[in-house]
Amino acid sequence: MTTQNPIAFVRTEHTPDRPPPPSTVGVVGWLRSNLFSTPFNSLLTVVMGLLGAWVIWGALDWLIFGAVWSGGNEACRANPDGACWTFVQIRFDQFVYGFYEKSERWRVDLVLAILFGGVFWSGWENSPGRRYVGMFMLVPFPLLAWGILYGGVFGLAVVETSQWGGFILTLVVALIGIIASLPLGILLALGRRSNMPIIRSVCVVFIEFWRGVPLITVLFMAAYVLPLFFPTGVSFDQLLRALIGVALFSAAYMAEVIRGGLQSLNKGQYEAADALGLNYWKSMRLIILPQALKAVIPGIVNTFIGLFKDTTLVLIIGLLDLLGMVNAAIADPNWSIRSVPTTGYAFVALTFFIFCYGMSRYSRYIEQKLHTGHKR
Amino acid sequence: MNAPPNPAPHSKPVIQIHRMNKWYGQFHVLKEIDLEVTAGERIVICGPSGSGKSTLIRCINRLEEHQEGQIVVDGIELTNDLKQIEQVRREVGMVFQHFNLFPHLTVLENCTLAPIWVRKQPKADAEATAMKYLERVKIPDQANKYPGQLSGGQQQRVAIARSLCMNPRIMLFDEPTSALDPEMIKEVLDVMIELAGTGMTMLVVTHEMGFARTVANRVIFMDGGEIIEQNEPEEFFNNPKSDRTKLFLSQILQH
Repeated sequence: MTTQNPIAFVRTEHTPDRPPPPSTVGVVGWLRSNLFSTPFNSLLTVVMGLLGAWVIWGALDWLIFGAVWSGGNEACRANPDGACWTFVQIRFDQFVYGFYEKSERWRVDLVLAILFGGVFWSGWENSPGRRYVGMFMLVPFPLLAWGILYGGVFGLAVVETSQWGGFILTLVVALIGIIASLPLGILLALGRRSNMPIIRSVCVVFIEFWRGVPLITVLFMAAYVLPLFFPTGVSFDQLLRALIGVALFSAAYMAEVIRGGLQSLNKGQYEAADALGLNYWKSMRLIILPQALKAVIPGIVNTFIGLFKDTTLVLIIGLLDLLGMVNAAIADPNWSIRSVPTTGYAFVALTFFIFCYGMSRYSRYIEQKLHTGHKR
Repeated sequence: MNAPPNPAPHSKPVIQIHRMNKWYGQFHVLKEIDLEVTAGERIVICGPSGSGKSTLIRCINRLEEHQEGQIVVDGIELTNDLKQIEQVRREVGMVFQHFNLFPHLTVLENCTLAPIWVRKQPKADAEATAMKYLERVKIPDQANKYPGQLSGGQQQRVAIARSLCMNPRIMLFDEPTSALDPEMIKEVLDVMIELAGTGMTMLVVTHEMGFARTVANRVIFMDGGEIIEQNEPEEFFNNPKSDRTKLFLSQILQH
């Protein structure tokens, strides 16, 4: 016992676990580390808090407390320092339906009801048969919706697309773009990574062409240049041309997003799928795409949101979407009041925000649900 | 560790490689490879890194393409014919260095995917088979977890079970323990030794010389894309003939 080796050490008792110091956890800990960690940060917190309160109060005052909620244009003229919501209320139908025939507007309502019903049904995790509803929403629904809106089938009168407008037009353009761009983008991305040189070059040329041209140019081409190539007398629906342009344009962007996902996968995943005897399409469908698409959900939703907002550009070829209708209504001399344009644009902004934020939140939810605890 | 019995001497060859050559661009990775594997044989392939040993076994299920010579697996020659390649891959299981489990599927789904989609087995049958093999690799209780929740050793055992679910005639192992923490190597080797006992034809690229001594009935040493020496393990380790083999063995058996 007397000849102790100086580096020898043996722990003889177990060190018990202790809770962390109280000032580093809970609300107090959070405030301390995030808002009041140094005197300068404390000052910054107070100043920014006051600034925030001032801005929020001003916005609420204009939007809600000091706003005109009823009474028509005279009420707004009397109080130009608050939002003029009565303008939106009176023109609301026009903002939603555009110039769609009054007696036929139930058709738009029906499509909207199926759309929102279907989206919620297929989006809710616990609803029965959600897969079938989801598939219905992807393929039969757009065709059915077109049939109901355009007419000429089921004994419905034809409503020309030139009469479509407002929010319903925004939705039609955005949804067709979204629904068409994902499968097209997947095919283009796979084609660009194909071993077959012809398929690969076709996809590269397609993607680079559509990505290299501004959407406004695409819309102009669709509206004014394309008809020059058709024989005289053959006309091709203006909206349909714009829709095809938007769909191809967004497919090119989508393809590059998805290609990013494909490249993020380890080569071993492809090899393991091959080694098990899965053929190309099975390995893509079962192994590669589920992982690649999951990896780029933020990018995909980003493209969807961008597309949804870019639909306002159809304004440039004379299609009056939500923004176009609001613009037209603002120009009405009866409503030439200081607060009216601001209110109209605030309404547009709010509508777009609700939809885009909804998509964003839903993508976060999907990402968390699909997380399987593997590190990348 | 008991050595499994040797295969019957008159068994037919399941893999025939004749004068096979492969290049990566200008680089000649595999040179004039001749190899015949009899059903039930257990072959360990070793050699320094870059010697072409992984490339060789990856040619057997056509993860790599050879440019010259002939590879016949289970009576099917490997050519550009996709149908024949898929046929070979169904009969040849492969275990990778980095496991390559499918992270978006549970352990059970990893094991049933290929039997259901390639062998067209009913789901219930595939699941029963999968559970049988998961029990054999001693992780039936992890069946509903995702690969990301398992340790490396457990993942590699799942990868072995996944291959076995296809009921292959040949198993290829590409450095199956090289990516594992030291304390997990044994659990994987134990599973492989047990598999050897069932008479499975195995080609194993590994640096585990203890495994080679006990399990293999042939050890192949490769260097510079060539097969330098092959022999029964006893002779190979105790009495290596080539200088390159001697150098390699002295380097890896030093510790």
